[in-house]
Amino acid sequence: MKGTFIVSAAIVCLMGLSLPFESTGASIGAEISGAGKIVRAGQEQVRGAYLARAGNCMECHTAQGGRPYAGGRYLSTPFGTFITPNITPDSTTGIGRWSEQDFWKALHEGKSRDGRPLYPAFPYTEYTRITREDSNAIFAHLQTLAPVSQNNPPNKISFPYNFQPLLSLWRAIYFKPGVYQAEAAKSKEWNRGAYLVQGLGHCNACHAERNPLGATGGDKLGGGQIMGSNWYAPSLTSSLEAGSANWPIEEIIQLLTTGISSRSAASGPMAEVVRQSLQHLSKEDARAMAVYLKSLPESSPRLRSAPPALTEQVQRWFQQGRNIYEKYCQDCHGSSGQGALGIYPPLAGNRGVIMTPPVNAVRSVLNGGYPPSTTGNPRPYGMPPFAQLLRSEEVALVLSYIRNAWGNRAGLVTAAEVDKSREGIP
Amino acid sequence: MKGLDPIILIVGAGFAISAGFAIAAAPLDVPDTMAERVKACVICHGSEDKSGRDGYYPRIAGKPQGYLFNQLRSFRDGQRYYRPMALLLADVSDQYLQEMADYFSTLKQPYPPPERMISSPQEIRLARKLIDYGDPARKIPACIECHGKELMGTAPFIPGLLGLPRVYLIAQFAAWRGGGLLRRHAAHCMSEIAKQLTSEETNALSAWLAARPILENTGPAAVLSVEMTRRCGSIVQRDSIR
Repeated sequence: MKGTFIVSAAIVCLMGLSLPFESTGASIGAEISGAGKIVRAGQEQVRGAYLARAGNCMECHTAQGGRPYAGGRYLSTPFGTFITPNITPDSTTGIGRWSEQDFWKALHEGKSRDGRPLYPAFPYTEYTRITREDSNAIFAHLQTLAPVSQNNPPNKISFPYNFQPLLSLWRAIYFKPGVYQAEAAKSKEWNRGAYLVQGLGHCNACHAERNPLGATGGDKLGGGQIMGSNWYAPSLTSSLEAGSANWPIEEIIQLLTTGISSRSAASGPMAEVVRQSLQHLSKEDARAMAVYLKSLPESSPRLRSAPPALTEQVQRWFQQGRNIYEKYCQDCHGSSGQGALGIYPPLAGNRGVIMTPPVNAVRSVLNGGYPPSTTGNPRPYGMPPFAQLLRSEEVALVLSYIRNAWGNRAGLVTAAEVDKSREGIP
Repeated sequence: MKGLDPIILIVGAGFAISAGFAIAAAPLDVPDTMAERVKACVICHGSEDKSGRDGYYPRIAGKPQGYLFNQLRSFRDGQRYYRPMALLLADVSDQYLQEMADYFSTLKQPYPPPERMISSPQEIRLARKLIDYGDPARKIPACIECHGKELMGTAPFIPGLLGLPRVYLIAQFAAWRGGGLLRRHAAHCMSEIAKQLTSEETNALSAWLAARPILENTGPAAVLSVEMTRRCGSIVQRDSIR
């Protein structure tokens, strides 16, 4: 059993930090034209930089607007607030004194250098799948970073979760270390994708429901509320949510690497993952991930809400919602919810809009947002925020209409749900 | 809605019978322009300052490019804290923020008419003195030294002071006095200056500036004085793209 408390990881956003990696890689490549051994070491570091991207290490280990990898990002969970550590090679405040072996123990066994068990806010429950070779490469890369002297505050974990024997018990139940084992019956490409999704990419850290102890249990990519946030990470196995079994491979790759496809756009935590991590994947790796995701067996979504019976009252609400739609939404999303290809997502048939719970759609209307700027889509078109313009009742009406127009059918959204989203959870 | 309109019933019936996702309408024709791309901004930031339910949305057209870029980046990275802006811009690159700043800095929009002058002659004299000469004894520079002779700002980093409502200016002075709009930032010259000003002075300045008409074809001044560049280095050095 595996599980993590990983978290609002992707909610607050940090970016504009794309240079350090590439420049590090380039300078290593350039400096080391000498002895063969050094060249190999240089190559390992370049590979490590790439893998660190694929594992999205920097996102959690960088505070908003802070120095890359110097830690200090706050991850709020029902168990307390975790503050990510500095993993630059500074010898006192970072991991400058760590060895390759120490790093492996953290990734593979979830243990700190002094042997203490780590909280699974650090997704070692997924990272344990990473090979030793890749762990070493990531470590080698981290050691090439400029050391940043930055002390971060300690975690603020609430009772009883701060009682260490409880953590050991949790680990005994929910955590089993083990490197990814390839399935012989599957292709090399599929296995590479599985390795990336299950291990480095730690997709399950968000895309799975957690039990009250923060463990994902046996659930695999079945979707769930992201802890400490009002985002729902949709199921990657249900065709009613974000399952991709029926998508052409190219569209899956497009969404993962550019943040937008003809069907949808990445938003919120996923936008950050695309921007920080997935857009930097090699063509082969992006494809391997898509092949694996597409192959996941179909499962039914965790939650479903019954569409409302079309009583006169409900139809009056839809008409009111339609009036709001025509005034504020139709310009971009079209009179039939058709959207504009690769620019404004369609709303007709958009699973992100029809999904239960409707929290993501509520957030989109309230807060708006730009899809991620990526190499493949550097100047995305944006969605305006409406929190300042529409009352909660109006947001509920327009969403209820959208969720039941043009062939869409889904449960009504209530003003209470909109109010809850306004409350300011990240 | 009391009486039921027959049209509504027909529309409602449409929901009931449509099965599958029939998208019959033609795809929308979306212009490939910055104006289209910043629709998310102009819903709040129009040609006049606006107050909304949760805040105040200043007019941003015509403000200096570097100033706008610094604000956008600071909102995104949390140095200037305002949650709606941080959420909106979370995943926008520096390059794209630069483009947005360029767009708004060159956007020509008419200014709103000046507010009615409510100051007494003494207050007007006080305001004029601070604007043209400052108060060297208290290390308060003249406003025009940084914000331009026409008070329309200095390219590329210093904003203009005209065309802004009195209440907004008063609030900005208070924010600067309280430590600055920008957090986690080196000591800021404007913060130091605001702390020197009395509330009588900031009220007089705000009223005078808000009542000042804007002349046609004025824009930001071109160059900041050497002295003020030194004193306000923390702003003018924030121009590089990370």
